[in-house]
Amino acid sequence: MELKVSASFKRGDFVAFFGESGAGKTTILRMIAGLLRPDSGRIAVDAEVWFDSSEGVDLPPQKREVGFVFQDYALFPNMSVEENLKFALQKGDDPAIVDELIETVGLGAFASRYPSALSGGQRQRVAVARALVRRPKILLLDEPLSALDHTMRSKLQEELADIHRRFGLTTVLVSHDPSEIFRLCNYVFKIEGGSVKKEGSPSELFVKERIGSSFKFTGEVLAIEKCEMVYLLSVAIGTQIVKIMATKNEREGLKIGSRIQIVSKAFHPMIFKIES
Amino acid sequence: MSDAAFWSTMALTFKLAAVTTLILLLLGIPLAYYLSTSRSRIKPVVETVVSMPLVLPPTVLGFYLLVAFSPENAFGRFCEEVLGFRLVFSFWGLVLGSVIFSLPFMVHPVQSALQSLPASLTEAAQMLGKSKTTTLFRVLLPNIKPSLLTGIVITFAHTVGEFGVVLMIGGNIPGETRVASIAIYDEVEALNYAAANHYAMVLFAVTFSILLLVYLVNRSFLQKM
Repeated sequence: MELKVSASFKRGDFVAFFGESGAGKTTILRMIAGLLRPDSGRIAVDAEVWFDSSEGVDLPPQKREVGFVFQDYALFPNMSVEENLKFALQKGDDPAIVDELIETVGLGAFASRYPSALSGGQRQRVAVARALVRRPKILLLDEPLSALDHTMRSKLQEELADIHRRFGLTTVLVSHDPSEIFRLCNYVFKIEGGSVKKEGSPSELFVKERIGSSFKFTGEVLAIEKCEMVYLLSVAIGTQIVKIMATKNEREGLKIGSRIQIVSKAFHPMIFKIES
Repeated sequence: MSDAAFWSTMALTFKLAAVTTLILLLLGIPLAYYLSTSRSRIKPVVETVVSMPLVLPPTVLGFYLLVAFSPENAFGRFCEEVLGFRLVFSFWGLVLGSVIFSLPFMVHPVQSALQSLPASLTEAAQMLGKSKTTTLFRVLLPNIKPSLLTGIVITFAHTVGEFGVVLMIGGNIPGETRVASIAIYDEVEALNYAAANHYAMVLFAVTFSILLLVYLVNRSFLQKM
């Protein structure tokens, strides 16, 4: 697949690259970081050119002031939390920033623990803190919350938004989760088929297409029962199994294992708060 | 057989193994690192050369080393006339032969351990502004300690037990090239079973203890991770 992307954003922005998995979002992030070399093009930050194929400029990743949070966090297993952060110090850096960052992400009590003794959420915090030690110009987040459960995810989303503000960062997030982007970002690039298909604020992008006045679910048919005039379908949606009614026409062509989309008008839903 | 002869043979055996292991550690780690990261077209050739001693009869390797080391030939003459030492039937010739012969035992475990580490560890170190050398010594090697230990010990044990190459290029000069495995063969040929048993027992016990120690250390290391 050919990836051809043009995108620009301002200092202080929290932008997202949004798209299906395999759309090339992570590839874009890796090119900004210098871990992957584009065939041709130009990457510039402030007035500094990081990559320009026509002028033969290609700054190595070490020279680009970028903080990268990997999907698997990439914490060094042989180093404690504190050592992981200290490793990121450059010559002449003030080591006080290490303690400050550990406190910021609330891991003061875990500073001497090794990554294997931390929970997923704690590892993610260490990865973010470590990426900030160099005071990067840009913070790159590669699906940073995808491995976490729902409660932890929304908690860390708040923390990320907070860190972004507090450190005056420019942050780039790669995600396939509209709600995450909605909460965090002020600008979104939608990547599809290797290029930017749409861009704009999250509400411009998502409200029309995703957050409409109807619910949409995709699921898999597990069982089909005949019941008087209609049919009862058992459908797996995410981790739930739901029984829904289907007419003879709708049942046509369905068999066990079929993937189906269920759409329902949402003009009168019942709403319950979930206690957390 | 005198006690002095026994101990000098034993000392020589372990000196050869220790020197070989040390050289291979210095040589094998960069080589394993190169093989684990390189995408060069000559990499398969290098890999093949490294692995050859695994399948080649030691006598074949020993034979070619003998020919190469011989002062009759260019390499051997160069060593003798320019560098001023003789490789054939000498301790340093044995070291060179053992280094070549034990190369895969050091390179393979280290290479496969490096390859099994997630690429994101190296990339994360790069993103933190670290050079390749810093990354290798501070991040990669500390995380493959069990494989390093395995490489060191297998190399050591393999060199202690080497027979064919040593016999071909070293001969059987007491105190210079006569190692324990050769001495056993020699004593058996002379129907001197008691002396052969003496050597064999010591080799058996030492090798067993070393390997046992490795497995114990590796087990406690894995439990810690």
